[in-house]
Amino acid sequence: MANYILKRLVYAVPVLLGITIIVFLIMAAIPGDPATAILGSYATPENVEKLNRDLGLDKPLVQRYLIWLVNMLGGDFGRSFSLNRPVLDEILERFAATLVLAGTSFVLCSLAGILAGTVSAARQYGAADRLITFTVLIGISVPSFFLGMMMILLFAVKLRWLPVSGMYAIYGGGDLPDLLAHLVMPALALSAVATGVIARLARSAVLEVLRQDYIRTARAKGLGETRVIAGHALRAAMVSIIPVLGIQAGFVLSGAVYIEMVFQWPGVGRMLVEAILKRDILLVQGGVVFVAGCYVLFNIAVDVAQSLLDPRIRT
Amino acid sequence: MSIASWTRRSLFAATAMTMATAGGVMVAAVPSALAQTPEGVLIVGQIAEPKSLDPAAVTAVNDFRILVNVYEGLVRYRSGTLEVEPQLATDWTISEDGTEYTFTLREGVTFHDGTPFDAEAVKFNFDRMLDENHPFHDTGPFPLAFFFSAVQETVVVDPMTVRFRLDSPYAPFLSNLAYPTGLIVSPAAVEANGADFGRNPVGTGPFRFAEWRANEAVVVERNGDYWGEAAGSEAVVFRPITDANTRVAEMLAGGIDMMVEVPPTSLSQFGGDGFEIAEQAGPHLWFLILNTKEGPASDVRVRQALNYAIDKEAIVNDVLEGTADVAAGPTPPAFAWAYNEALQPYPHDPEKAKALLAEAGADGAELTFFVTEGGSGMLDPVAMGTAIQADLAEVGLDVKIETYEWNTFLGEVNPGLEGKADMAEMAWMTNDPDTLPYLALRTDASPDKGGFNSGYYSNETVDELLEAARGATDQDERARLYREMQTIVQEDAPWVFVANWKQNAVTSDRVENFRLEPSFLLQLQSVVKN
Repeated sequence: MANYILKRLVYAVPVLLGITIIVFLIMAAIPGDPATAILGSYATPENVEKLNRDLGLDKPLVQRYLIWLVNMLGGDFGRSFSLNRPVLDEILERFAATLVLAGTSFVLCSLAGILAGTVSAARQYGAADRLITFTVLIGISVPSFFLGMMMILLFAVKLRWLPVSGMYAIYGGGDLPDLLAHLVMPALALSAVATGVIARLARSAVLEVLRQDYIRTARAKGLGETRVIAGHALRAAMVSIIPVLGIQAGFVLSGAVYIEMVFQWPGVGRMLVEAILKRDILLVQGGVVFVAGCYVLFNIAVDVAQSLLDPRIRT
Repeated sequence: MSIASWTRRSLFAATAMTMATAGGVMVAAVPSALAQTPEGVLIVGQIAEPKSLDPAAVTAVNDFRILVNVYEGLVRYRSGTLEVEPQLATDWTISEDGTEYTFTLREGVTFHDGTPFDAEAVKFNFDRMLDENHPFHDTGPFPLAFFFSAVQETVVVDPMTVRFRLDSPYAPFLSNLAYPTGLIVSPAAVEANGADFGRNPVGTGPFRFAEWRANEAVVVERNGDYWGEAAGSEAVVFRPITDANTRVAEMLAGGIDMMVEVPPTSLSQFGGDGFEIAEQAGPHLWFLILNTKEGPASDVRVRQALNYAIDKEAIVNDVLEGTADVAAGPTPPAFAWAYNEALQPYPHDPEKAKALLAEAGADGAELTFFVTEGGSGMLDPVAMGTAIQADLAEVGLDVKIETYEWNTFLGEVNPGLEGKADMAEMAWMTNDPDTLPYLALRTDASPDKGGFNSGYYSNETVDELLEAARGATDQDERARLYREMQTIVQEDAPWVFVANWKQNAVTSDRVENFRLEPSFLLQLQSVVKN
């Protein structure tokens, strides 16, 4: 097992290196430089040149890349010029917020998706199946940002049950109930699509397994239907569900960008969008590399989990 | 084998437990009651997280809105105007030749850190920005330092007198001092915090900095030792809410007491009881740069035809929902002292436009039009660009729109329109009637000379008037020169003059004494929150 994990980690190195090159080149190639973004209307060529020099952007491309890479390996991601603070501090703070949101959504969509899919499969073509299939279709079809805005209108503006936006109350908050009150709407909105996808996949995976001989055997030896489904069918179906969970985790993480904008969640997605608009090169580069690194690690984790469930995969 | 099955089982157990816990707490959270915003604490919905709270280092109005409540300058804009009045300086004299400004400073003022405000502090501020060898010049960059580039030397005459020596007469100097870039910071705090000063700001203003929770809020508290009248609120909280719809929802739900930059289409939601809408025209101009060097717009009749053909009333009333006024010329009316009241906007007259186009032999001409997706002061540029395209189609012009993201757009437009486009959208907000025409209408302000005259307009008389106005120290004389310039520029029509934006804000009925300023700065000193 340790060997397998190690091998996967080694393979991740060239992937990450490639990402640093790509993101660096993209930021160098897109039109509009940070000095223009900072100066706005006052961006005379003279002012732009001086500011670029102050920001260290007048050096050759290769040199800038190498400086950035070497500093980053030493844990120094540079300083964000749109926020005037170390890039790494900002990323870590923002990423923690995204993890809370995306993590909750991921747990929600996994739980709800697998449960709905399994019930659907167990009651194939029954009323529950139809209801679930219909709901799932809506969940997949409604864009998450739209769902989010509608939830804000109903639960925050009309009913005033929940706060509109942010992660904590500005005054007198900061504890767990406060966080949860702020988390409910964005987490639900973010998990809607993934729940639908997982539910559909879980349904077909469980149905597939239910046709197997050993299920017939389980039923024949007198096991109750609940035990057959939960104990035998679902466990076997998990092997094909888990990789989809991994993919959905990626979607939840990237979908968080929209949700973070709508709910003003102080996460890494919103940070990246704002950084791109401000041409905050170091913040974009650092943020992308960090998120990409997390993706890679997460994929490795999913593969490891899968190989724990199905030893045949471990080669 | 047993290890494998143990792992499998524990994986399931762990997953199930996490899910159950998460589900449970989510349900528990729902009934938690919503707290009203507390009394005496004003919560302001801002449009973005500030970059820094170091006035010399920032450029955005968003950041200025916080700064002017924590810091003060030598002078400030008198409430309701763009004219300068004393603040940290009580008095000043200008030498005959307009190159020496001597300020008498206010006695007994201390910074929030307890250090005294004096001439040495003023000198430190300007040397830090302007002198590359100053020990704290590296706390920059200072992108707007060129506002004071005329300053050759800042001299401490005595502890309470400071003198600026300029390299040449520069009339906008006073109003630049009133601009947030001229706000005075505590030298001791800069020395103590270095590059982190922007996150630990210390000034002399009615509010002192309390806390900056990244991406959540900047909190400032009443300064008990303020030299003037104490602030009306105990504290002000600035919340960055970048999404305009979310900002509106927060205002409707009572999560904030005040919001700035209300989207025009949302204004109607605040028409009822419980809210007050404030509006204030500012020194803003939304216009089209016309390429006067080549193509159809090199003919003045075509440029005038464009001004006649575009229905500006429809744009400000329908596209912008009344959040702007029709512009008459290059100087916004907010500069009341320098504005030419006699100027009337070009009326919407398609027939006259057609006649002028026919005269110039330009009927049916094709025009390339640069439009941006959005940007500072650009209002609703895509909708406005489309409306303009439709108006011009009505007089037979075939306008092709090319749309760019804001930074890309600036990269295309600022270097000049030659060989690329016939017209381009643009907007400016300035603090002195000198700034925009001097940087964007003079012959010597062409892009290759580092200016913003992207349409290559050139008129010798205008050049002379602008130079003379910059050198004059008497305000009445300056006003006369600017008024003459406006008449000529309107006639020459190097731009299509479209709109002057009215900044807006909404407050809840718990907020009193609030007014918007023409400077677009947010002065909250006397605002009371009940």
